[in-house]
Amino acid sequence: MSMNRREMLIESGKLIVLTGAAAAALDKLSGATTEMPEKYRMAEHWWAMTIDIEKCIGCGNCVQACAKENGVPEGFFRTWVERYYVKDWEAEHPEVDSPSGGASGFPESRRAPGKSFFVPKMCNHCANSPCVQVCPVGATFETPDGVVLVDEKYCLGCRYCVQACPYGCRYIHPVKGTVDKCSLCYHRITQGLTTACCEVCPTGARKLADLKNPKDPVHEFLRQNSVQVLKPQMATGSKVYYKGLDGSVR
Amino acid sequence: MRNFLKNARHLSSLVILLGVGAVAFIALRSLVIPADFGKYGHYRAGALDDIRARPISFAGRSACEVCHSDVVETKTAGKHAAVSCEACHGPQARHAEDPGEVKPPRPDAAVLCVRCHEANSAKPKWFPQVVSREHSGGESCKTCHEPHRPKVGG
Amino acid sequence: MIQHLPHGVEGFMYPNEIELQWSVLIVLYPYITGLVAGAFILASLERVFKVEAVKPTYRLALLTALAFLLVAPLPLQLHLGHPERSIEMYLTPHRSSAMAMFGFVYLWYLMVVLLLEIWLDYRKDIVLMAQSRTGVMKWVYRALTLGSMNISEGARRIDDKMGWLVTVIGIPSAFLLHGYVGFIFGSIKANPWWSTPLMPIVFLFSAIVSGIAAVLVLYMAITRLRRQAIDMRCVDTIAKYLFYAFLIDFSLEMLDLIHRIYEADESFKTLDFMVKTRLYTSQVLVQILAGTVAPILLLALTQVVKLGDLARKRVYGVAGLLTLIGIFAMRWNVVIGGQLFSKSFLGYTSYKLEFATREGLLPAITLMGLPLVILWVLLKLLPPWAGEGAKA
Repeated sequence: MSMNRREMLIESGKLIVLTGAAAAALDKLSGATTEMPEKYRMAEHWWAMTIDIEKCIGCGNCVQACAKENGVPEGFFRTWVERYYVKDWEAEHPEVDSPSGGASGFPESRRAPGKSFFVPKMCNHCANSPCVQVCPVGATFETPDGVVLVDEKYCLGCRYCVQACPYGCRYIHPVKGTVDKCSLCYHRITQGLTTACCEVCPTGARKLADLKNPKDPVHEFLRQNSVQVLKPQMATGSKVYYKGLDGSVR
Repeated sequence: MRNFLKNARHLSSLVILLGVGAVAFIALRSLVIPADFGKYGHYRAGALDDIRARPISFAGRSACEVCHSDVVETKTAGKHAAVSCEACHGPQARHAEDPGEVKPPRPDAAVLCVRCHEANSAKPKWFPQVVSREHSGGESCKTCHEPHRPKVGG
Repeated sequence: MIQHLPHGVEGFMYPNEIELQWSVLIVLYPYITGLVAGAFILASLERVFKVEAVKPTYRLALLTALAFLLVAPLPLQLHLGHPERSIEMYLTPHRSSAMAMFGFVYLWYLMVVLLLEIWLDYRKDIVLMAQSRTGVMKWVYRALTLGSMNISEGARRIDDKMGWLVTVIGIPSAFLLHGYVGFIFGSIKANPWWSTPLMPIVFLFSAIVSGIAAVLVLYMAITRLRRQAIDMRCVDTIAKYLFYAFLIDFSLEMLDLIHRIYEADESFKTLDFMVKTRLYTSQVLVQILAGTVAPILLLALTQVVKLGDLARKRVYGVAGLLTLIGIFAMRWNVVIGGQLFSKSFLGYTSYKLEFATREGLLPAITLMGLPLVILWVLLKLLPPWAGEGAKA
């Protein structure tokens, strides 16, 4: 490739990138949305995520990317990866670890034969979210396009939502004094990009999904596979669908 | 009855006090509640704009591919075809915005490759993994593998 | 395999769970509101149920309730990440949130119930003092009269009727105030230690128990400080009510315990282990043995055996203090205990109480002392015994 052409592309790239038109040239492989509407219309989307346990290699790329994209404070996690080890039939007593949220991967631990796998975790963007239910002032809410968000200019920092979340997805931002959690990269997905964690997942274990988009491969994924949400007994209407989720996972 | 009214008069100041309090509260409420509160639901509609205004760090592979079509070509049909650029090169939105000024650092293969490919019993069996010490004997991965198309001789 | 990790973590916690969210200040919140509700219910015994024997504590109980109620929101304020935003609870209360109601329940209880009842009851005293005092205090009392000096027979009769009505409204309000605090915890389905429909009623009865015990201890202490004779008929009656309320409270807590043990749901092993290890001292030793079984036995003793006045006073004092400690431990075990285990049921964290930090022991002690200071001021301003004998 000639340098001239490259420089020309760089110049035009300056114009294209971050003008929203760049977002229109969407990642076809991520398959989240295939076209960028003129203006983002909330009513046309219903966001969710699929996670394929059998594809997760525990590299921690998602955890690092999330922290970089969203400025997640050290020691807290909008997304993290857990490693499960189930020896045999005792699914009630799995051994679980998540050193630094799995951000730097997992050291090999030689153990007796057993079943071992990684489980990426994040906010489940529940449709009947207990955290939204308990917020006393309306500082956390579900958007019309199905994302649970926090208004950090309105949050009291009472922490009731942290108590109400069955999945441990929320924390208090040590500097802001308000609650913080996964926003499903709302600033990205409303511009036609995928989330930071999905962008960097090398195996495609995580996929952003728009349930209202009939062309989204998520529909095929949900039809073809056995999927499960975390803690279904909590009836939170979780929208993070796991493929290959073991019964030992909490 | 008149006597009763006279004797109950002290309660009127109480009622006035409570009334003034209630009116002050309602007035304060209408003054202080953000105007866009309740537009979509029980929250500040402006919060959505605040959150959407957050700057982007990861430009997304389509932004990379606008310029780096040579790399796209190398990757196609290789084992890393589906791996997005920023999975290894890190967040490059600023580079994409100003390619002349902001130059991405070269990734360190010694750290990067093993992040995914170091053998671990929890990794799925289908995923290619090696015990790096035994596999290369300290030699850099790049001696044999080209990261954009890692299959040796591929 | 139990891994030993930093931060006093054992086993596996979700990474965001390691830090406890609700500190000792949130332990004080249900404790203090409980004392308010309990003291008020004791006061209403005299007013509505005409239990004449407890009359010497009627006004003291009301002032105690007020002193604690004024302090109740302070631990919450101190705990919030943004205290200046707490006004939003009044501006945009979220109807589905159990917590959003607190602001309104609090205001209702403070303004419509307690202040009103105290004002109506003390009006005669206030007017008399506005006439007799001099200097600044004269103006304070004049302001408190709200501009009416009418303490005629007819006006007082109206006050009495109104006061009765306020108390009648006040009893369900007191139940609401504290039953609702229990609901804040009991309605969190994510937390099996909290999530039980019994929580509001357990909170309510423990509140009644702690409030009665507080007034009993305060009455005996203050009377002693004033070098007056303790009215034995009064303390005997209060102790009897304390005993009965305690039996109900204890039965409810045991019912909860037995139910949990028998059902043994998915969380049981985790909670059972927690009670036997990290919560053993505060739950088994302090709350159940020293704070519940011991005072119940002591109070039962006074019901069964005929003891002399001095012995009874001592027993009541000890039982009252043990009760106050036991109910505090109960609040501690609910609030702190509910955060020591992981919602994955795979591990435990620990709570380290700091001293001179924003949510440390020092502010907690200060906040517990503050109601006593306020009570002292209230007793100076509105002496409960001023109207003794004078009131019809």
